[in-house]
Amino acid sequence: MGTIVFFYFASVIVVTAALVVALRSPVFSALALLVMFFHVAGLFVTLHAEFLAVIQILVYAGAILVLYLFVVMLLNLKGEVRFHHQLTVGLFLGCMVFAEAVLLVIKGEFSLGMNLPDTREQAQLTQGNTESIGELLYSTYLFPFEIASLILLVAMVGAVILTKKGILEAKS
Amino acid sequence: MDTGIRLALTLSQIGAVMVAVLLTVAALTLLERKVLGWMQDRMGPMEVGPYGILQPVADGLKLFFKEDIIPAGANKFMFSMAPVLSLVPALIGFAVIPFGPDWTVDVGGVNFKPFVITDINIGVLYILAFASIGAYGIILGGWSSNSKYSLLGGLRSAAQLISYELNVGLSLVGVLLLSSSLSLVTITNAQAGGFWNWYFFGGGGFPQAVAFVVFIISAVAETNRTPFDLPEAESELVAGFFTEYSGMRFAFFFLAEYGNMILVSCVATVLFFGGWHPPYPGTLMEYIGLGHLIWLEGIMWFVLKVAFFLFLFFWLRATLPRLRYDQLMRFGWKVLLPIALGNIVLTSIVAYLFPGN
Repeated sequence: MGTIVFFYFASVIVVTAALVVALRSPVFSALALLVMFFHVAGLFVTLHAEFLAVIQILVYAGAILVLYLFVVMLLNLKGEVRFHHQLTVGLFLGCMVFAEAVLLVIKGEFSLGMNLPDTREQAQLTQGNTESIGELLYSTYLFPFEIASLILLVAMVGAVILTKKGILEAKS
Repeated sequence: MDTGIRLALTLSQIGAVMVAVLLTVAALTLLERKVLGWMQDRMGPMEVGPYGILQPVADGLKLFFKEDIIPAGANKFMFSMAPVLSLVPALIGFAVIPFGPDWTVDVGGVNFKPFVITDINIGVLYILAFASIGAYGIILGGWSSNSKYSLLGGLRSAAQLISYELNVGLSLVGVLLLSSSLSLVTITNAQAGGFWNWYFFGGGGFPQAVAFVVFIISAVAETNRTPFDLPEAESELVAGFFTEYSGMRFAFFFLAEYGNMILVSCVATVLFFGGWHPPYPGTLMEYIGLGHLIWLEGIMWFVLKVAFFLFLFFWLRATLPRLRYDQLMRFGWKVLLPIALGNIVLTSIVAYLFPGN
């Protein structure tokens, strides 16, 4: 049962992810991405990571993708504006990533995500996974967490400077 | 066998909640016009049935039999999808709202909670996530109609929802800090025993009154109601994102708007005003010797509180003029956001200094 569910989610994720780059209309691409986000969330639910699943929908589907759609509609892109000249780079990177994935599966490090039951039970037995994520973020992974917030701060300052550029130049 | 009983129980529960919500929507369409009428010193609808009470039925029949028009040049698939994408997120949130006592009943060997469809431990986030999905219906409806007014309405709505979603989320963090749970059932139970235990009045150590004000303002903005109804501002955009819609598709958008209003009122009731708990310790039913009817008293208080917030929506609509677009953005980002963040800082300081209060 679990395997069937996993393969359903995985195959839909692969197909919709391909559709995101293959579809001609940017709005339909964004919708394919929406379907993909929901199935990634479903995958998280099957791994008993409900918190991650909901955050996935809330942040990616609810906020970031709405922003994408907003920009796409505002710019009113034509279907012909496409990025075919990046095909070689994309092909090169794709082959690299695919080779890496094949290598990892052959070496047995990731056997299709099926060897995770111990962490799953642990999270369920001790506490809800919201609490465990919070504790991990503020103890074991405190440093990466702070780095991530610093990067976001840099991005925020950068965005403010970019939008204020015209105003500052006009003054001086 | 157990699975069958559970399925039957859950399905009937979902059916009951959906019927209750849709009936409330029908009543709201009439009540809104009545309340607006009274506030503007007129009668409201009086023609259909005695005192106009059959107006929702007449409206429903009219919408049902209206011609379904898809404008030329519109994207047919998106045009039909948008109302559904708008309605489903509005209804799906009711799955985690506890509207009565947190009891577990044993039905044929199956543990069954009669007064909440499902008590998941991330209930608050679940509601927020699906509330944010509701934006797609509006944006895609505006885009696929192939009309300037619809597109402008959809764009406004996207910007508005992104801005105010943040404030809704942040204003709830104070309550979550005090209750240290994301489950709506746990949050309700923490507010038992009198109105002074409600988070609005300072249950848990720090009154969340400011957070509540931020929440209710942002919630009004999220539901596209006056004074934040810029996506459907009729004096500028005809009817905004649903200008081109007619018949049942239009009715779906309408249902979604009212469903969202009810959902937001339920969330306000559960998080800030004690959910189904009466504002006094214990229950009156027990006092007068009807102990088995406690659940009725709980549901009654829940309905009363929700009804008050729904009335608040009408009240705001009758009182306040619409904001201008730049005022809306400035208010959301420069006034509400700092207040919500300040509330989080203060609440966490209090929760840290006086734990378990």
